[in-house]
Amino acid sequence: MTLPKPARAVLWAAIAVAGAAAFGGIALHRGESINATWFVVAAVCTYLIGFRFYSGWIAARVCRLDATRATPAERFDNGRDFMPTHRSIVFGHHFAAIAGAGPLIGPTLAAQFGYLPGTLWLLVGAVLAGCVQDMLVLFCSTRRDGRSLAHLAREELGRFGAAAAMVGTLFIMIILMAVLALVVVKAMAHSPWSTATVFATIPIAILVGLYLRLLRPGRVLEATAIGVVLLLLAVGFGGWVEQHPAWRTLFDLDGKALAWFVIGYGFFAAILPVWLLLAPRDYLSTFIKLGVVFLLAVAICVLQPEVRMPALTRFIDGTGPIFAGKLFPFLFITLACGAISGFHALVASGTTPKLIARETDVRMVGYGSMALESFVAVMAMVAACVLDPGVFFAINTAAGVVGADPATATATITSWGFPVDAAQMQALAQQMGESTLFGRTGGAPSLAVGMAHIFGSAFGEGLFAIWYHFAIMFEAVFILTVLDAGTRVGRFIMQDTLGALWEPLGRTSWAPSAWAASLLTVFGWGYFLYIGVIDPNGGINILWPLFGMANQMLAAIALAVVTAIFVKSGRLRYAWVPGAPLAWLVTVTTAAAIQKIFSDDPRMGFFAAAEDLATKLTAGMLPPERAAVAPQLIFNQQLDGWLTVALLLIVWTIVIDTARGCWNHLSGRRPAPDTESPYVATQLT
Amino acid sequence: MTGLRAGWRSLWSALRALSGDDAYERYVRHRQGRHPGEPLLDRAEFYQAELDRRFREASRCC
Repeated sequence: MTLPKPARAVLWAAIAVAGAAAFGGIALHRGESINATWFVVAAVCTYLIGFRFYSGWIAARVCRLDATRATPAERFDNGRDFMPTHRSIVFGHHFAAIAGAGPLIGPTLAAQFGYLPGTLWLLVGAVLAGCVQDMLVLFCSTRRDGRSLAHLAREELGRFGAAAAMVGTLFIMIILMAVLALVVVKAMAHSPWSTATVFATIPIAILVGLYLRLLRPGRVLEATAIGVVLLLLAVGFGGWVEQHPAWRTLFDLDGKALAWFVIGYGFFAAILPVWLLLAPRDYLSTFIKLGVVFLLAVAICVLQPEVRMPALTRFIDGTGPIFAGKLFPFLFITLACGAISGFHALVASGTTPKLIARETDVRMVGYGSMALESFVAVMAMVAACVLDPGVFFAINTAAGVVGADPATATATITSWGFPVDAAQMQALAQQMGESTLFGRTGGAPSLAVGMAHIFGSAFGEGLFAIWYHFAIMFEAVFILTVLDAGTRVGRFIMQDTLGALWEPLGRTSWAPSAWAASLLTVFGWGYFLYIGVIDPNGGINILWPLFGMANQMLAAIALAVVTAIFVKSGRLRYAWVPGAPLAWLVTVTTAAAIQKIFSDDPRMGFFAAAEDLATKLTAGMLPPERAAVAPQLIFNQQLDGWLTVALLLIVWTIVIDTARGCWNHLSGRRPAPDTESPYVATQLT
Repeated sequence: MTGLRAGWRSLWSALRALSGDDAYERYVRHRQGRHPGEPLLDRAEFYQAELDRRFREASRCC
């Protein structure tokens, strides 16, 4: 169905006006609360306009997408990984691969600045940077036989750039797994219901794996359906555990015990056969993830909840209790994935380009799925902001910041201007089936309370506790999937690298090598997880900025590769399309890294924090339980400081290498060869 | 009624394609179309081979 031209013009004008009105409503609203529908309207209109006009222009003028050109999927069709696939199916695959915990946790934490800055950047950043990155990387890879980002970096940036890209990828994977593991551990600590539910997901995944391997090989849908029913029952099982004193004690574990459990889980998942645990868990988590995203969108539209968080809080000055730092650059570092995520470049140059049937599909798959991902982040922001601000801060602020006992904590938070009292928190905890909600840092519990609030109000009151633990299960299931899949990929990268030193270590099926490489990978993220657990300030305040910087750095690498390709493939005029977001990311990452390295404020600077803690330790100012962990925390702060230095060096190596390569090409000193695969006409009809 | 049935069928096939439920059928169709007469993996072997390939690279994001 195509509308006549004038009607289309009127339609797009109406969308633009509606979007602008919603934006104005959000930005200028100064009342007690604002309806979440404004957010949904502003977001949807922004994505529609961005998709219709910006991505259309990029597709036609910048990339010059050509529907007559055969894609790698067609040319290398092997019925397996290379396979021309309908664009809505590729869209689904790609979205399922890029959607993760990042866009849920980031906005939850960034809500400490108020709803306005985060929402604005989620929309503007996605439309002008994130979607553009995903689309352009997908385009470059599709034009180059579906090559990976690492491969493209080697071709375009040279030796240093490629090495920097590889180290950067390994680095972000380690930090990502650590921070996500910390999120699950924090959500399960001293919560028997959550712990029992999450533990039960493991035998369920194994059952599904056995079914898929032995009973009905490859029948993914029926196996997944059985698994999903079992997962829902597991939420009920957790509730039963909560009611039984003996079982309750069994699953009432502290952070340290859970950290060891998660570390052990990651190790075994990486060395066990894929079919037993990893693959079935992946099927289940994808299904649950897409289902919950859909359900959340429906619930928000049905319920139209009121957003109670103010537009801006006083914490834009950098004194925020959840993480330190001013709006610039830490809003951008914290939101990361929902606006632009470097990790997507790995998927957009991995499985997705091998499925694209027509080159013109790149637009919908690349740009479109990132727009949807950004919408998920906006919903997470809504879920955080429908909570009473006082409650939000009480859940997300660590005991080390506001004090361990409820009276002190509520008094401190109330003194910030966000009234909350202990009785209210107790009632809420009881409603959610938890013993306490104070200091439940990491973002997952607060998101779960927000989601329970939305789901419970939209689909039936009184089930808050079930919805809460369903939300925790939903987050845990796909976080654990990232952990086991990530550890396995880390194991292969490690074996690849070690194989260069001693050949037998490179044999992926040789058990000692597999064990050693898995142990090394697990040790990498397990260390940061353990430190995060023993840190009285919650750990997330250290790890999340580190993760955000690493993620934005990877995005900068991807955009640098695209910019280099544009300059060398006769698209110099349009080099600003990837170049402008690249410049922004380099600015943000550099500004954040410099503050994290050089700041004298112990809340901000890693080295300053180490020094501050060391001084207090020698002066005997620390209570005994803090003094016991202080040496480890001091070492960790210094390590984080040096890691940030390394990150800064990687970013600038890439920038300089890109600039040098482009200059050599443009000045004619060393013209770069065309890396594009030659044109082949498509045979598909 | 036929419209409803056709709608359900296309939804079902989209769901199968999205979840990978039809991967084996697509593989068989591909082999028979391009390499007729050559040996085929059976369903279980194919499933196993696909898993080994898929979980080697980063396919899941943050």
